[in-house]
Amino acid sequence: MDILRDHNWVLSVGTFLPLAGVLVMLFIPKAEEQLQKAVALITALATLGVGVYTLTLFNYDRAGEMQFVAQTNWISVIKSTYYIGIDGISLPLYILSMVITVLVMIYSWDHIPSPGNPKAFLILMLVLQTGMAGTFISQDLILFFVFFELVLLPMYFMIGVWGGENRQYASLKFFLYTMFGSALMLVAFLALFFKTGAESFAIPYLVENGGAIAKNTQVWIFAGMFIGFAVKVPMFPFHTWLPDAHTQAPTQGSVILAAVLLKLGTYGFIRIAIPMLPDAAREWAPYIGLLAVIGIIYGALGCLAQTDMKRLIAFSSVAHMGFVMLGISTLTSFGMNAAVFGMVAHGLITGMLFFVAGSVKDRYHTLEIARLGGMLKQVPHLGWILGFCAMASLGLPGLAGFWGEFPAILSAYSPLSGLSEVTFRVYMVIAAMGTVLAAAYLLWLFQRTAFGEPKPEFGGSTSDSHGHHDHDDAHHSDIHDVTVYEWVAWTPLLVGIVLFGVMPNLLFKLIDPAVAAIVTHIGG
Amino acid sequence: MLSTLFAVADWVSPAVDYHAIAPEIIVAAGICVVLLADLFIADRSKWLLSTVAGFTLLGAFIPVLTLALSDEGPRSLFDGRYVIDDFSIVMKGLFLLSAYVIVLLSTTHIEEGDYYQGEYWVLMLSSILGMLMMTSSRDLVSIFVALEFLSIPAYMLAAWRKRDAKSNEAGVKYFLLGVFASAVMLYGMSLLYGVANSTLLSGLAAEISGELTAIRVLAVVFVVVGFAFKVSAVPFHTWAPDTYEGAPTPVTAFLSVASKAAGFVALVTVLYVAVPGASDVWQPLIWVLAALTMTVGNVMALRQTNIVRMLAYSSIAQGGFILMPLAVAAEGNSSAAVLRSVVTYLIVYAATNLGMFGIILAVSRKTRSGEVASFGGLFSYAPGIGALATIFLASLAGIPPLGGWIGKFSAFQAVLEAGTTWGYVLAVIGAVNSVIAFGYYGNVMREMWMRPVPNGDTSPIATPAPLKLALGITGIATLALGILPGVALHFGDIAVFTSAFGG
Repeated sequence: MDILRDHNWVLSVGTFLPLAGVLVMLFIPKAEEQLQKAVALITALATLGVGVYTLTLFNYDRAGEMQFVAQTNWISVIKSTYYIGIDGISLPLYILSMVITVLVMIYSWDHIPSPGNPKAFLILMLVLQTGMAGTFISQDLILFFVFFELVLLPMYFMIGVWGGENRQYASLKFFLYTMFGSALMLVAFLALFFKTGAESFAIPYLVENGGAIAKNTQVWIFAGMFIGFAVKVPMFPFHTWLPDAHTQAPTQGSVILAAVLLKLGTYGFIRIAIPMLPDAAREWAPYIGLLAVIGIIYGALGCLAQTDMKRLIAFSSVAHMGFVMLGISTLTSFGMNAAVFGMVAHGLITGMLFFVAGSVKDRYHTLEIARLGGMLKQVPHLGWILGFCAMASLGLPGLAGFWGEFPAILSAYSPLSGLSEVTFRVYMVIAAMGTVLAAAYLLWLFQRTAFGEPKPEFGGSTSDSHGHHDHDDAHHSDIHDVTVYEWVAWTPLLVGIVLFGVMPNLLFKLIDPAVAAIVTHIGG
Repeated sequence: MLSTLFAVADWVSPAVDYHAIAPEIIVAAGICVVLLADLFIADRSKWLLSTVAGFTLLGAFIPVLTLALSDEGPRSLFDGRYVIDDFSIVMKGLFLLSAYVIVLLSTTHIEEGDYYQGEYWVLMLSSILGMLMMTSSRDLVSIFVALEFLSIPAYMLAAWRKRDAKSNEAGVKYFLLGVFASAVMLYGMSLLYGVANSTLLSGLAAEISGELTAIRVLAVVFVVVGFAFKVSAVPFHTWAPDTYEGAPTPVTAFLSVASKAAGFVALVTVLYVAVPGASDVWQPLIWVLAALTMTVGNVMALRQTNIVRMLAYSSIAQGGFILMPLAVAAEGNSSAAVLRSVVTYLIVYAATNLGMFGIILAVSRKTRSGEVASFGGLFSYAPGIGALATIFLASLAGIPPLGGWIGKFSAFQAVLEAGTTWGYVLAVIGAVNSVIAFGYYGNVMREMWMRPVPNGDTSPIATPAPLKLALGITGIATLALGILPGVALHFGDIAVFTSAFGG
């Protein structure tokens, strides 16, 4: 057997192991909450264990090729197969999804959001994990589609049941937007299938043969995929579901959404839309770039206008994903490297920011920026972590965010030959201004919430009478610093942010060959 | 005496392949047994009748299996007017199994309600016999007889809730519009016979082709419109919501799954075997019907607050998805893919929709209400039922990895395989509709998962054993068909007509 096919069971096991955990949990009574949590956590850890084992087996010298490839019959009537594999682009995202699930499980140990029912909550999370991991390893469009959709329902329920006050509206909006996109995406997949001779849904096959389709047709097929992926990313103007979904979702949901789900969209562009339809990609690139920079500026301005911390972080996601899409739209190896790095970095940083927001909400029962303040005095560790994440998010060199943002801007200086340099250099300037705005809103957020004195309503020392203070005691008695569970859940992310910031090459050397393989299809 | 009569008429009994019509014979025998037994069984032992009905259907399934396994090829009886080919075998299997599930759904409901029990099972079995006949009919006359055979008992069943004005209204409405549709269709058939001088479908095919005269066009349009009533395609759907809402719930399940599937079987048979040559006439007609049916069905469903009425509109909309590929059935090489998608869709739709009706039956045993709001908080006090209901609803909405997605997928695939602009436009309309559909399916999910329990009554739901079995069967089928869609598609793929284009 070819070395790249050796150990090809690891991907299937890594993807479907969470479902085994679900099966076990189904037979445990709902009342056994600790046992439910334990089984879920053990399942997630075991899954991550398989993921780490995959890392050790991965052949880093051939990161540009698909590894652990497995292919068996699945739906032979429509020429779709169970076809999986992993390369340097998929691997970081695949592992990221596993890490995030474990951390979220740890965080859930003492943070099951109201109205409780950890059994259902954790089962949904495990199903979600299968969907996310499966999407990143699928090498068949139909399989990709199934996994891509598998994440919808769990996330819908997670937001809708365990979310904030406006959860029902937010969850439905999330669902309808995504489903609209994926319905058109499916039509586009089918059109692509027939235009390439109705031979196969295998991604490598379609990448090989998609380029032969007439340019006009390609542009239309690309349009269908574009809507599907752009909703997920989300790109301006399809982003409006995101602030609502993020704000209303429980902390765990926000973290998973930000850290992994959004990447399904950008991943789709890199893995599917662009290499399969190179002519259309070149046609569409300036418009994608335009929407990306609009997203950067719009997201940043949106942030400046927010009064809710979580909503602000959500808008910052729009801006950050704009940088990722800008990198992708250059169609260069450089830009896509930046994009994939940006995806991972954004996953770590924004995931972390949502964790912090969740913990702030737990303590202060509000996320209104105007009511917060003096966190550095009252909960110094939490405050400093927030500050650290804000720095990482604004792209401070030495932290992971920098390597996603800065090269993406730089890549717009020289897009793929054939694309208008002037246009992209204008984009570059606009995007650079976006970083200034990012610094502004993040520092302003940090300043307003962390600096100064704690507000009186949360027990800050003021000139108020002592009696009043006592009266409020019950209200702020649960304002405490970072707990053990939080430390355990957060440390890996914090370490990751520093590690990839100091040694970006850990990722770049993995991503680069895989990106290079994709860029060759668009003539870059 | 009979033999002398035959001798005078110079009539020779045709050779009958009894193996081929064994399913029909078994069901007919079952009808007689139930009818006779009903006379002699005491009221408290009437439950025996449902058992007999159930075993009749399972018994009839055995010859379907043996027919499927025999490699004799298509069996043609009565000069090709009654054909047992792969298509009819697959559909017979589907009808018998769905009927079995419907028997399971009905059992407790009919026992506990104020119903005539013996007659219920007789009529149900009769209607199913009509469906079995429909799958094999290849002649205008036998199609018509089968259609009436399956419809007339259904008219009565719809009005089965004694002294209930809504149920009576349901029956009357269904009857009047059904008869009207039959008349329209029969008129079209008479025209077909007039121009082709044959009632044999394959005989018609030769005559209805090439340049079509006005009378031929009219004939085809009338027949298609007649079937459009039967499958409740917009704008001929007006009977469906009232009938579905008024009829006893198991009967509604029967109408929306089995009866509807039978309508599609008839439609597909006529289009594929009798008038493929007139595709220029029926393709645009069905295109419009499909687009309207999906859109109107979905939009109306969004406004419903009664769950059965909502499912009625949903079933109209689903019918639009089944019609969709037929709008391009004669383009290029798409005919095989279209037939496959229709059969596949019918299979997954049967499993899912029957399951959903099972849920409604189970929940309404406790809540005594048909409002969507009565599902409030279901997941919190009956997580099993709630999870199953979620599976069925998600499957109806076409979300992978549940059965419904492969139905929708194969419909899209068939439409796009034609590669025509009209096909693409219809596919996009379908895609948009599948999103709208989530609006109302999602609404029920929202009630179950995110809303409080009405009246705070969180006593558990007592599900009787037959209903549990029905839910188990449909639930497993829905999941399995979604994860291994090859199964449904395989049946869709082998279900081809013996003498049709693409077959």
